[in-house]
Amino acid sequence: MNGFLHQIIAGIATGGIYASVALALVMIYQATHHVNFAQGEMATFSTYIALTLVNAGWPFWLAFVATVGISFCLGVLIERVLMRPMDKAPVLTHVGLFIGLVLVVSNLTGWVFDYTVKPFPTPFFDGPLLGGLVSGHELGSTAVTLVVLGLVYLFFRHTSLGLAMRAAAFNPVSARLVGVRVGWMLALGWGLAAAIGAIAGIMVAPVVFLEPNMMLGILLYAFAGALLGGIDNPLGAVVGGFAVGVIENLGGTYIVGTELKLTLALVIIIGVLLVKPSGLFGRVVLSRV
Amino acid sequence: MLLEVPPLLEVKGLKAGYGPTWVLAGIDFAVAEGGVTALLGANGAGKTTTLRAVCGMIRTEGSITLAGQPIQGRATEDIVRLGVAHVPDGRGTFMELTVEENMRLGAITRRDKGVAADFERMFELFPRLKQRFRQQAGTLSGGEQQMLAIARALLLRPRLLLMDEPSFGLAPLIVQEIFGIMARVRDEQKVSILLVEQNANLALEIADQAYLLETGRIVVSGPAADIRQDESIRRSYLGY
Ligand SMILES: Nc1ncnc2c1ncn2[C@@H]1O[C@H](COP(=O)(O)OP(=O)(O)O)[C@@H](O)[C@H]1O
Ligand SMILES: [Mg+2]
Repeated sequence: MNGFLHQIIAGIATGGIYASVALALVMIYQATHHVNFAQGEMATFSTYIALTLVNAGWPFWLAFVATVGISFCLGVLIERVLMRPMDKAPVLTHVGLFIGLVLVVSNLTGWVFDYTVKPFPTPFFDGPLLGGLVSGHELGSTAVTLVVLGLVYLFFRHTSLGLAMRAAAFNPVSARLVGVRVGWMLALGWGLAAAIGAIAGIMVAPVVFLEPNMMLGILLYAFAGALLGGIDNPLGAVVGGFAVGVIENLGGTYIVGTELKLTLALVIIIGVLLVKPSGLFGRVVLSRV
Repeated sequence: MLLEVPPLLEVKGLKAGYGPTWVLAGIDFAVAEGGVTALLGANGAGKTTTLRAVCGMIRTEGSITLAGQPIQGRATEDIVRLGVAHVPDGRGTFMELTVEENMRLGAITRRDKGVAADFERMFELFPRLKQRFRQQAGTLSGGEQQMLAIARALLLRPRLLLMDEPSFGLAPLIVQEIFGIMARVRDEQKVSILLVEQNANLALEIADQAYLLETGRIVVSGPAADIRQDESIRRSYLGY
């Protein structure tokens, strides 16, 4: 029984990581209707920056904040320099662009930080808590994830900038007509997505160890979570991310075994696409004409 | 000495279009400070295109000045920030957002303290918006969405209000209500209105000046009262 409970708690902890990455995917999807397949590689790159700063003797949380800030700027830069000029290009151009971005960031990561697997420190108490029910890192990283998700929610719900970003994503033409600088809102969206991805990377690295392909599986789970909850619904994607985390852990432990765990993500992706393409919480726009 | 008051909006030789060809063939018109200027014409004449051209939503050539300042070729966001509000064709509702959020977006560029008071004023002009304040805007009726579009535009506190067929698809009673509100806004607020209408009769009642557009050219212009009285114009262009 205790083992089962532990699997659920561990599932929630990794689910938080998937939820964060799923949220980052949904934010860009809502604004551009493209899935940023490079989200994982960007997060890995960010995590290496954090490790570099920590190894240079920076206090962990200072390195954390600096990395999030740098990642935000890199996200903005990628949108301004790479995505902006492709604004009106056809879908396949975008797919090509994203694949290119995946390869470039991934190779850049390997080239700059080398390909060996590196341990990554946890800032939390490193050991079991509550009689082995949960580890200090699981508890801490879940708390960080929840705080981040809460802040993102408050930002979009209760600030003018958040409202302007949502308006730009939903209806760019009307947004321009009220004076919103739509182009910059997209860039900010990329920045935020990159920052959230960086936090997810830093939180998961102590568990999975750091190497250039660290986020590959995680991106797949996050994508499954986003689809499960509804690729156009941020709240749904977050719930979907947590759900996939729990399903993955339970399924991996009791049904398919750890080796086939990743298949579960594919099963979820294909299942959702077949049964309910809009996801469990897919936004149904009520409209009368 | 008489001082010449320059028009708020002055358009000269305006060409505009969506692809390689121009829809507007180089038109001239002006909107005087204060009051309503009507732009009339049949379906497909280029009325919507003209409004889009004024706020930089499509490709243009020629001269457009707002209170003497050239705005041709500038970004829509910048033109809007100079005080040009647009009630667009199709109403431009942010369907997924609430009525409140739609209204907040109207005032999103403003930094002054008057926004709360302007919200109250909108509730006075459009009591239904107050009732529907927390509702998703996509659930509003057509008439309510038109009111929301006007409220959103007025919350910018514009100098120039561009209105694209506010009567379109609405029941006569609602149309009357909306035109009544337009007259109130003109009288009580310092805003000039460029009104695009297919319903010429209605528009000429409220307008001071009018222009008649036919396939991208202005074919008639003058005081609205004169055009209303001119039977030959009415017969040949306005069809009533
Ligand atoms: N988005 C568009 N893309 C291409 N052509 C358009 C578009 N909108 C309007 N047009 C063309 O421009 C011409 C004028 O249309 P429009 O300005 O909408 O007329 P009106 O508003 O007077 O009914 C029409 O021939 C129409 O087909
Ligand atoms: Mg039109």
